[in-house]
Amino acid sequence: MSDVAILGVGMHPWGKWGKNFVEYGAVAARAALADAGLGWSDVDYLAAGNTMRNGYSGYVSGSTFAQALGWRGVPVSSSYAACASGAVAIEAARARILAGMADVALVVGADTAPKGFFGPLPGERPEDPDWLRFHVLGATNPTYFALYARRRMELYGTTTKDFAAVKVKNSRHGLSNPNARYRKEFTEDDIAESPVVADPLRLVDICATSDGGAAVVLASAEYAAKMADRGHHVRIAGLSTATPTYPNTYLDMPDIATDSAVGAPAPPRPFRDAIAHAAYEEAGLGPDDLSCAEVYDLSTALELDWYENIGLCAPGEAEALLHSGATTLGGRVPVNPSGGLACFGEAIPAQAIAQVCELTWQVRGEAGDRQVDGARVGLSINQGLFGHGSCVIVTA
Amino acid sequence: MSKARVPVIEGMFREEPDGSGRLLGGRCPTCGASFFPKQWSFCRNPDCCGAELADVDLSTRGTLWSFTDNRYAPPPPYPAPTDDQPFEPYGVAAVELADEQMVVLGQLARGTDVSTLSLGQEMELVVEDFFETDDEVRTVWKWKVTG
Repeated sequence: MSDVAILGVGMHPWGKWGKNFVEYGAVAARAALADAGLGWSDVDYLAAGNTMRNGYSGYVSGSTFAQALGWRGVPVSSSYAACASGAVAIEAARARILAGMADVALVVGADTAPKGFFGPLPGERPEDPDWLRFHVLGATNPTYFALYARRRMELYGTTTKDFAAVKVKNSRHGLSNPNARYRKEFTEDDIAESPVVADPLRLVDICATSDGGAAVVLASAEYAAKMADRGHHVRIAGLSTATPTYPNTYLDMPDIATDSAVGAPAPPRPFRDAIAHAAYEEAGLGPDDLSCAEVYDLSTALELDWYENIGLCAPGEAEALLHSGATTLGGRVPVNPSGGLACFGEAIPAQAIAQVCELTWQVRGEAGDRQVDGARVGLSINQGLFGHGSCVIVTA
Repeated sequence: MSKARVPVIEGMFREEPDGSGRLLGGRCPTCGASFFPKQWSFCRNPDCCGAELADVDLSTRGTLWSFTDNRYAPPPPYPAPTDDQPFEPYGVAAVELADEQMVVLGQLARGTDVSTLSLGQEMELVVEDFFETDDEVRTVWKWKVTG
């Protein structure tokens, strides 16, 4: 499959700015177009990631952003895949380009997030697993993060000090990132003072909810070649939006129970491993080829799981890899050079796109103080609830 | 007069006279897979053409897959704390059922000390009061350390 080029990337800084999400998306879109050296009039297709908490315009994000940028007849799509929404929007744009139906596509995601725990949409819907888990169990997202963290501790002897070390690392990475919301260095002592939300996780182990916007401009290889006077373009070498394979026996949000393993063979690999595997397969690359990775640290503990899911080390070895310095800037394969969700908080439909923005800056050598030396290949990965995978491999 | 005891969601579980509980699942007669909640009328195994699920009680014992607690009140639709029924932190357990080969979540029985738990421990299903309305006690299933 031929690669699609990333011509431009742009973001609106993360924070709690109190504006409508469309503002953030439009700022990010204009920044990405300017970065590409193109205008909105050059775009043949717009793909956007939806937001569930900003009314109807959030459910039709494609047309919302098309209207904000100025109607000009461009076809749109509006995708929702929870945390993976941005990657699904990128995939919609990429597919359109690879089908020969567009030369240039704009992908936008933006969110205005409420304070505190994410809850389900209002109403009474016992048949909706997301409603059910809150009503019957009070199982918030941090509840699930904590179940995963505790299981890791019990299986591998991981300690809360290991989790704290992830936070310390990411807080340093994000210090000079102009798009990060939290630019404060955390010490182990700071973390020890943070209140426990869901044992063993403290407030600072868990990512916040943020406002933000991110956008990328994609183009066909042919179109990118015509723009060659603007330098070498980075490419999407692999992209996976995999769903789980039955029986999925790992407890995923928002389910109350897993699939039953009775009567069906186990899948070749667990879901999170499979998300990365599909992108590696398409790119013809493997974990040893990575210069850096942006992984979804919804909690500090989850970052350790991701090291194993993307093949940086074997199960149970993530703590040793972390403490070796390999995943710190300056190490063999820095993870979350942007500072990750620890420094951003999560702006759901923008986050997977923001991960790709960071990888693009890294492989272009434009990441400033957080630059990974000689970055050539970057991988971003996340998982959205209701079985959504998201993994993008970007190459120089 | 005592209030009627009613499951928080009808059809998900049943309380037995001795206070124990039964989770009401569905089982595919063709491939043997269980589902909880039953949710749909058909089997979700992609290689099975089971078009109907039998009503079954799931195993009442299993082993601890993981556990945590919630120290802050969740947002609605978790029952909102009131003066009479203030928010109490609660534990949550994921328990693996051996026969069904599946993991099922539940709150931990009231009074369970999370710091004493460890993976693989045997757990059993109980039914406890969850919250009260003017005329009913709403109940929920919970996981309790066996014994």
